[in-house]
Amino acid sequence: MTAAPSAAPRAAARAAARAARGLGGLPAALARRWLPLAILAGCWEAAARTAGGAFFPPPSRIAGRMRELWFSGPAGHLFLTGEATGDILPSLGRMALGLSLSAAAGIVLGLALGRSERALAYLNPILQFARVIPPPALVPVFIVLFDLGTQMQVASIVFSAVWPVLLNTADGARSVDPTQMDTAGAFRLSGPDRLRFVIVPAALPQIFAGLRLALSLSLILMVFSELLPGTSNGLGFELTNAQSQSDLPTLWSVIVLLGILGYLLNALLLAVERRALRWHRAAHLASA
Amino acid sequence: MISRRGRWARGAAGVAVLFAASEALGRAGIVDRSYLPPASAVSARALELAGDREFLLGVRATLLAWALGLLIAALIAVPLGLLLGSVPAVNTGARAVVEFLRPIPSVALIPLAGLVLGSGLRMEVPLIVYASTWPILFNTMYGLDGVDPLAKDTLRAFGFGRTQILLRVSLRSAAPFIATGVRLAAAIALILAVGTEILSGFGEGLGIFIAQAGNVPDGTRDVLAGTVWAGCLGLLIDMVLVQAENRAFAWHRATRSGAG
Repeated sequence: MTAAPSAAPRAAARAAARAARGLGGLPAALARRWLPLAILAGCWEAAARTAGGAFFPPPSRIAGRMRELWFSGPAGHLFLTGEATGDILPSLGRMALGLSLSAAAGIVLGLALGRSERALAYLNPILQFARVIPPPALVPVFIVLFDLGTQMQVASIVFSAVWPVLLNTADGARSVDPTQMDTAGAFRLSGPDRLRFVIVPAALPQIFAGLRLALSLSLILMVFSELLPGTSNGLGFELTNAQSQSDLPTLWSVIVLLGILGYLLNALLLAVERRALRWHRAAHLASA
Repeated sequence: MISRRGRWARGAAGVAVLFAASEALGRAGIVDRSYLPPASAVSARALELAGDREFLLGVRATLLAWALGLLIAALIAVPLGLLLGSVPAVNTGARAVVEFLRPIPSVALIPLAGLVLGSGLRMEVPLIVYASTWPILFNTMYGLDGVDPLAKDTLRAFGFGRTQILLRVSLRSAAPFIATGVRLAAAIALILAVGTEILSGFGEGLGIFIAQAGNVPDGTRDVLAGTVWAGCLGLLIDMVLVQAENRAFAWHRATRSGAG
């Protein structure tokens, strides 16, 4: 994960080489990329239609159900139905709140602990233990401690997503090049300036590695906390509802939608990371 | 620099302060003891559970599902990673499918698996396999990306075939990355094992112990004691795998630090 910044230029070089070979441009590349998926979906469609089992509905039926459930609303609402705004938005809202709280707490505490060897020594065993507890085990605790619904769900997300951010940030802040710190000292940089111009930039690649882990954990915990009793809306609630009615097309629809949301959120974070670390890669290429 | 002993002492002090704080909160009545029992009560209960036959059988069931799932995932992901990482045509073909499947949060499959596969090991293991395949697969492919081309060329010059080169050079130099993938997957497998058990709510397992304790009034002490054991399992697994990695791949770290 730490080597990710160096993989990107390699991928770019490969893409450039491919473009130089002139293999038919963008449409052909898109076709080559998505054709296998289309073929697979076609095979599934044919198999599901001939077998006719209830457990694996054909993709066309899943797509139809998705449209009917979420995307057949009025044009004024961007074609979203009431169910879409009633299920997708609360889920995403809780996840955004949980993830931003964990990012804020994890980065601030991580920077503090990373710069203070003593504080880290006191807290390390507790932090390491908290990190390895499988987060679903704590959800029953949070059900007792917090109000059912949003409070409990956000707490579950925060408690699972904060550790990778915190520990990665601390690791990044701890390994700032001592020469850079000495230089900052020689230039009499104030504390906040030192943090802003030396420590945070040096820790940034590690912070993003932590955020990537936190994103996938918060997606998992968002769904998991909604699957438990005491929820009244959200995509996880929709899943339990469909399960109790053995409504398999809806079950599959929610799973596909969660996959799409996961893909988009991941792409968004990668785009932010690429922007934020552009200087970092440039500096490394220059020194290499 | 703090010495190793100083670090141990400070860590122990940190844990002691946490214990004392939770004890004080409970005794002063700031926190309702039935809501959040003090750390001493939780650890006493956790120790008691270590001698409880039924609880231990549950832990064994959870560990069995975990180990089985992780093993099958490794048996699928490593060969698949070798194939995808070494044959570009297969890689382009599979990439869209992989990119489509990977972002699906694995716990979202629990209700579907409950309907299709029923309950118990039959349902738990496939979910664990699904979730833990990804980190091993991606780390295998990532490891293959960094194989020294000179080593491959050397073997080719000596007349070794593609499969031989793959097994003798690529697999070996990707092994440290694969091990890291297995360690990541081990944590995810434990999340899935405990998570599916909490949701299914009956049968045997550590997660089922936690779920059932959560349904009883005043059961928070048992829930927390079960959680402590879940954390201990996580810690033990992590420590064993890190140790094994360090021992098996000492050469890798040595060559790395030599190069960097």
